[in-house]
Amino acid sequence: MSIKIPKPEEMIRVSYKPPRTPWMDTPVDFRPGTWSYSGAAKNLIYLDLPNPRAWQPYEEDWKLPENWKDIIIEGMRERLGKYRSFKLFMDLCVRCGACADKCHFYMGSGDPKNMPVLRAELLRSVYRRYFTESGRRFGRLAGARDLTVNVLKEWFYYFYQCTECRRCSVYCPYGIDQAEITIMGRELLNLVGCNINWVIEPVANSFRTGNHLGIQPGGVKDMLEFLAEDIEERTGVKLEVPINKKGADILFITPSGDYFADPGTYTCMGYMMLFHEIGLNYTFSTYASEGGNFGLFTSHEMVKRLNNKIYAEAKRLGVKWILGGECGHMWRVIHEYMDTMNGPADFLEEPVSPITGTLFENARSTKMVHIAEFTADLIKHGKLKLDPARNDHLRITFHDSCNPARGMGLFEEPRYVIKNSVRHFYEMPEDTIREKTLCCGGGAGLGNDENIEMRMRGGMPRAMAVKHVKEKHGVNRIACMCAIDRSTLTSLMEYWVPGVTVTGVHELVANALVMKGEKDRTTDLRGEPFKEKTDDEAL
Amino acid sequence: MKLYNRGIIIAGIVVFLAAVTFPFWYDRGKTIAPPAIELDTPAIQKLADKRCVEDTAFMRDNHMKLLASWRESVVRKNVHTYTSKDGRVFEMGLTGSCLKCHENKSRFCDRCHDYAGVKPNCWNCHINPEEVL
Amino acid sequence: MNMVFSLLAIVILIFIAMGGAAIAGLKPVFFVVIPCGAFAVFVAGFIHRILSWGRLPVPFSIPTTCGQAKSLPWIKCDYLESPPCTATVIGRMALEVLLFRSLFRNTRLYLYDERPVYSSAKWLWFFALLFHWSLLVIILRHMRFFIEPVAPLINGLAAIDGFFDIAIPTIFLSDAAIVLALTFLFLRRVVVRELRYISLLTDYFAVVLILCVAITGILMRHFFPVDIEEVKTMALGWVTFAPYVPKEMSALFYIHLLFVSVLLAWFPFSKLMHMGGVFLSPTRNMANDSRMSRHFNPWNAPVKVHTYEEYEDEYRDKMKAAGLPLDKE
Repeated sequence: MSIKIPKPEEMIRVSYKPPRTPWMDTPVDFRPGTWSYSGAAKNLIYLDLPNPRAWQPYEEDWKLPENWKDIIIEGMRERLGKYRSFKLFMDLCVRCGACADKCHFYMGSGDPKNMPVLRAELLRSVYRRYFTESGRRFGRLAGARDLTVNVLKEWFYYFYQCTECRRCSVYCPYGIDQAEITIMGRELLNLVGCNINWVIEPVANSFRTGNHLGIQPGGVKDMLEFLAEDIEERTGVKLEVPINKKGADILFITPSGDYFADPGTYTCMGYMMLFHEIGLNYTFSTYASEGGNFGLFTSHEMVKRLNNKIYAEAKRLGVKWILGGECGHMWRVIHEYMDTMNGPADFLEEPVSPITGTLFENARSTKMVHIAEFTADLIKHGKLKLDPARNDHLRITFHDSCNPARGMGLFEEPRYVIKNSVRHFYEMPEDTIREKTLCCGGGAGLGNDENIEMRMRGGMPRAMAVKHVKEKHGVNRIACMCAIDRSTLTSLMEYWVPGVTVTGVHELVANALVMKGEKDRTTDLRGEPFKEKTDDEAL
Repeated sequence: MKLYNRGIIIAGIVVFLAAVTFPFWYDRGKTIAPPAIELDTPAIQKLADKRCVEDTAFMRDNHMKLLASWRESVVRKNVHTYTSKDGRVFEMGLTGSCLKCHENKSRFCDRCHDYAGVKPNCWNCHINPEEVL
Repeated sequence: MNMVFSLLAIVILIFIAMGGAAIAGLKPVFFVVIPCGAFAVFVAGFIHRILSWGRLPVPFSIPTTCGQAKSLPWIKCDYLESPPCTATVIGRMALEVLLFRSLFRNTRLYLYDERPVYSSAKWLWFFALLFHWSLLVIILRHMRFFIEPVAPLINGLAAIDGFFDIAIPTIFLSDAAIVLALTFLFLRRVVVRELRYISLLTDYFAVVLILCVAITGILMRHFFPVDIEEVKTMALGWVTFAPYVPKEMSALFYIHLLFVSVLLAWFPFSKLMHMGGVFLSPTRNMANDSRMSRHFNPWNAPVKVHTYEEYEDEYRDKMKAAGLPLDKE
């Protein structure tokens, strides 16, 4: 099915006027292009998730279990007892509205239920009705309402129109984080079997094959060897691809998007070239062949089920510590959840760079280091020979991915790496980068094709910031450190800012990397010719 | 009851309790009588009709407003006499009228003002009769 | 609609207070029972709510990082926006609680020339800060009614607050500021259509109630004076457990006192509990140290996982064919 969506010049004319009817009286319209297909029964069955069935969100009958309401209310009760964040965020909001126009989906759609405050009220109103005295007694006057099928449909529509990017949380005077509320909302929806296939299929795949894309062990090996051949073709350097290698010092985990789909593959080639050049004793894994964790878009339990493989594999292979590739929500999980869920990682060593001797103190307990931290340290110690002029055909800007930005605080390392790898780097406007960065519109499992209109709407603010630097500085490539970004920003740029393509940070490093024994390189990893050496050199 | 982050939460509650119950601690064990103001100055004793400009209840609530309006009349409008509600006529002036009877600032004005934490600005210009004596 | 109902609630309260003022026999109710009851509900309710949050575990370390994390020694850490330890968390919380750091970031979105533009919008921050600080000053100034002798600190605060010495009695800056700020906050809710759309009854009620408290107070100070000696004697009666019922008081005073009582009693059950709750917010009060030291989840439940053995069992032939090493041949 191909979905017709408005042209950019139509889509940009967003009306922020709320509907005439109060929000409680405004039902959801499942308009094509704004929602995602339901999770397929086979995936739910594989994962032992409740209520597997054939259904679609636009249908009248969602085939909910008979006692669905009790399940949801009980589910809320359980979570209100397990998460301080959930209860606080239900209680604290004063509806000051500071978050309202901070959400990229609201900016792009004008739908008031995409204001984080109102998206949270969708759940809060039910919380008040069943868990507070005033809500029980005064009902709607106290902002409470009954849980009905329509409310559940509203939850589904809007909790799958939130990319858990946490931008609202930056601006909230109480730090209320819509991501936490969306996570809870999705957990509740999952209790009655309402989820989307673009999340649940990768989860099922990852659980079974080790990666979201469902690539079996031989496939992983083929892909990586194929990349190694490409590298040899471009650089003349033949390199090894260590997989499932016991006795390696370091287990390297990266999202499967990096070795499976362009332009992520170039980033993956970047990692491999870097590791080869510094002589790192590392290994890929087929069992833990996924850095990303779509469990985060399902439930905390699912996060833990999928994340488990990383430490388990590190233990099995007997590595010293773990290095992680460029990914967004993967790093939210690793930084904020992994150690708590599946640690302590007392079978690993505190991470020390074998090249520079640097102890990564910030990863002392979790024992997993971000590739940007690792590479920045290499560059700082002068261990890499980089020729940034090789990237002169590129004018780069950098997109801070939501999770490393607001769930980790990783800002300077990638910038340091980029600035040492390219000579033309331009920041987007201040309100759109670092902790204020704008989502690509396709995070949290929403990067599918049936949801294309919402993706383009949600990505509009990011795209417009790119357009700004394109027009001002001639930027032609946007760098990012997230596999989902690399895929969704690509279509976002095609739609809003044609002429700008997407790259990972380590692709830029690899372009600039002068390797031992390399041939006279004339093209970058994509086969695009380097810029002729001109007067520029004299600068 | 199991509390998480127990120490800091208990500490926070203690600070809260200390703040909101501060007056209870500050005043504990005190029996505080409302201030008694002294009206037995020689000048008042000499008066046959011991009545102020207006009745006591009015004066208690409104003396500051009355004085302010007097100042306004004298300084801005050059009107110097005040006719009370019951028809008596007075010269408007703190020093000229009020302090003639109430010459005991410390035992009259101050008692209530200190009690209620009021700092009138009368004495920025006017002389305290007690200091003259 | 919500706004109308909240105003209606205010009017009802005014009528109740005026009714009380008309019936002398109800004085002990309005001057002792209601205020003392309201205070007790406030204190007990406040603590109850804090404990209701405190009882809940914080399963994961979820600080929202708004600045560079502590990482490599040569990268400058943003200690206040991404605090790596307790001391810096305290700094972050202090900025948040005392200066409303996050609200200071506020921007307003405009579509200009088919582009989103983020214009600075500090008004909300400014008036919110003005309101909260004014309220604190006003509450502290009111301590003069509750403590005897009046502490020099309280008198000093009043002196500063009345610094400009305008009018008699002196106009307090905090009085003017709170009315101004609350009027802004109210009008904002009424005028901005997005805000009107999300506002609940309680949102209007909270602002209007506090505004009415302020206005009745100002009216008593500047226009319809009451005998504050009686007021203080009554207030001291509460705190020394020797209730005192004052003589005739104006209806205005009844209204003021009833509004304050309602505010106190309602406080713990309303959104106003953000006063206590903000300290507990996990996205702000946690250190960004989750890779440095392990955060402990008390209910870290076991889950069904897919082990390597199961994986190898399923793919053994394929792995062998691909030449991948196996644990079990």
